[in-house]
Amino acid sequence: MTQSTAVQPASPAPLKKSRAGPILASRTVKHFVTRVLFALAMGLVLVFFALPLTWLVTAPFDSNPTMAVRWPDWTFGNFQTLLESPYALGSIGVSLILGAGTIAVVLTLGSLASYALSRVHIRGRDGLLYALLLLSSVVTGTAAMVPTFQLITLIGLIDTHVGVVLVLAGGLLPTVIFILKDFMDSIPKSYEESARLYGASPSQILRHVVVPIARPGLAFVAVWTLVQVWGNFLVPFLLLRSPETKPAAVLMYTFYTESGQVDLRLISAFSLVFSVPVIVLYFLVNRRYGFRFHGGIKS
Amino acid sequence: MSVIRTQDLVKEYPGGVRGVDGVTVTIEDGEFFALLGPSGCGKTTLLRAIAGLEKITEGTLHIGERDVTNAQPRERGVAMVFQDYALFPHMDVADNIAYPLKIKKVKRDSRRRTATEVADGLSLQGLAERRPGQLSGGQQQRVALARAVATQPEVLLLDEPLSNLDARLRLEARTFLKELQRELRVTTVFVTHDQAEALALADRIAVMKSGKLQQLGAPQEIFQRPVNAFVASFIGSTPMNLIPTVTADGGVVVGDGLLPLPGTAAGLVGPGTPVIWGARPEYLRWSTEQVPDSVRAKVRVVENLGATVLVSVTSGEHNLQVVAPEESGPQVGDVGWVQATSSRSLLFDPESTERIEVTREWASAESVLS
Repeated sequence: MTQSTAVQPASPAPLKKSRAGPILASRTVKHFVTRVLFALAMGLVLVFFALPLTWLVTAPFDSNPTMAVRWPDWTFGNFQTLLESPYALGSIGVSLILGAGTIAVVLTLGSLASYALSRVHIRGRDGLLYALLLLSSVVTGTAAMVPTFQLITLIGLIDTHVGVVLVLAGGLLPTVIFILKDFMDSIPKSYEESARLYGASPSQILRHVVVPIARPGLAFVAVWTLVQVWGNFLVPFLLLRSPETKPAAVLMYTFYTESGQVDLRLISAFSLVFSVPVIVLYFLVNRRYGFRFHGGIKS
Repeated sequence: MSVIRTQDLVKEYPGGVRGVDGVTVTIEDGEFFALLGPSGCGKTTLLRAIAGLEKITEGTLHIGERDVTNAQPRERGVAMVFQDYALFPHMDVADNIAYPLKIKKVKRDSRRRTATEVADGLSLQGLAERRPGQLSGGQQQRVALARAVATQPEVLLLDEPLSNLDARLRLEARTFLKELQRELRVTTVFVTHDQAEALALADRIAVMKSGKLQQLGAPQEIFQRPVNAFVASFIGSTPMNLIPTVTADGGVVVGDGLLPLPGTAAGLVGPGTPVIWGARPEYLRWSTEQVPDSVRAKVRVVENLGATVLVSVTSGEHNLQVVAPEESGPQVGDVGWVQATSSRSLLFDPESTERIEVTREWASAESVLS
């Protein structure tokens, strides 16, 4: 459009004007087609991601949900059934216990280890970290299922939440240490040296200075850990035997009708309840610590 | 309030690099002392060794009457202001200032009160509740100073205290710092790479290079009588003219002529001796007419310094710099005369780069003792 206004005053002859017309028109058409195609592509992507989420908020309120998304008849019957189901709410509680336990273990050990690794230079430190990171997926992965099961049975932690927490924490710790070490590295040493000059002991330095400054990193790790534990199926599935000890992710697996069909009414309602705590935690942490940039750097 | 004494102090890093290499120095009680040198000369390492943040490899360190060579930082009675101030970003100003008192287990009420008093003394009124991120650079620096002096340390250490401030603020802070030190009378050691800062602030300056002490003395002494060519070139806002040349009968060959033999070297060098002749641009005179003790030179560059101009001239094979008053206003291409005096020029040995002087033995002995 800006081009056409620029052309007109410069070309007073009508001949030139008519010559410029078709070129501009074809450009406009081309532009229009591109916009339409782009909008279509974006629409497809949007539908691809939005459909499952729409299902998640509509299906639970449908008295007879299917795998399709449709306008529900807004009933709370599914939630009623869910409440009556013997282990459903308890399993959310179990998931919370597992999450909280794993977060506690991972934050305590992870911050100590990453602080030490960040401040003390040992030969082959980076190699060690990368090796741990690489092997960490093995601990909670399918490959180590049998040995993990045997080990936990051997030390008598089978069918206990402590056992699950330890295995999950073991699997997450290398990544956590890796992430936190980066945070610790970015804390200038002069903070600690300054505290040390005033007579602070190493544990005081850690509590008064390092942990508060690394708090955004610790908050991120906490949320990330909860998400990992919340969705983990394999470890609790293997290590927990009795139904009342099973977390939500495992319990969902047992929602079948008497005829062996997947019970979509229970599953859809439970899915919604299942996803709420993680979303709430995200907003809480985001509000309190905020995954945002902090003030300028004076260098 | 304490004397700091180091004896042959060595800080050796793994791999054999010596950050500080045998420094012996006595810093007097209540003195404002500068460690000056180019980056990597070991001045910060020496400061950190005094603080106890670097382990001393060899030699001893005394603060007051105590040998603190291997003491923990907290046992030394030192406070330090870091180059980046190291204010805790999660604590407000009052908590920052009171942090040393918190470690000393002073009750919260009493330490908040002390913090407010100290903050008021450093013109930080009304900022007690702010976080460091909400303060200006100058305020941050004063908070860091307040935290350091809140515990009434025996020794105050400052690492590049002014380097993080803007040019204008830096002058203000410099005056402020000098006033504060005078008021507290606390033995203060500060590190700087800026010779102007050292000259302006310090009672005495130690110039360092490659971990070794080059010269120790009052600012005036270091400015006027540098012991070697390195100190001569490092001190001064415009570097000293250092011309490798030879002596002649009754003078030193510079460019097309002869300049007077420096008085300090009279009788020590015969004609034809290779020397380095040195004179500060501020101590040379530019003249449009021929005057005694001068060499003819042609103006190459004129730089305006405000009230004065820095004139770069060429005389024969030598390039010289002269500070001239602005009204004399030489133009590029002008020809004139550069005049030197025997009292304000020096000779250095081209081999050792040390100053050639009758009283050299006596002078260097004095600088070690003082």
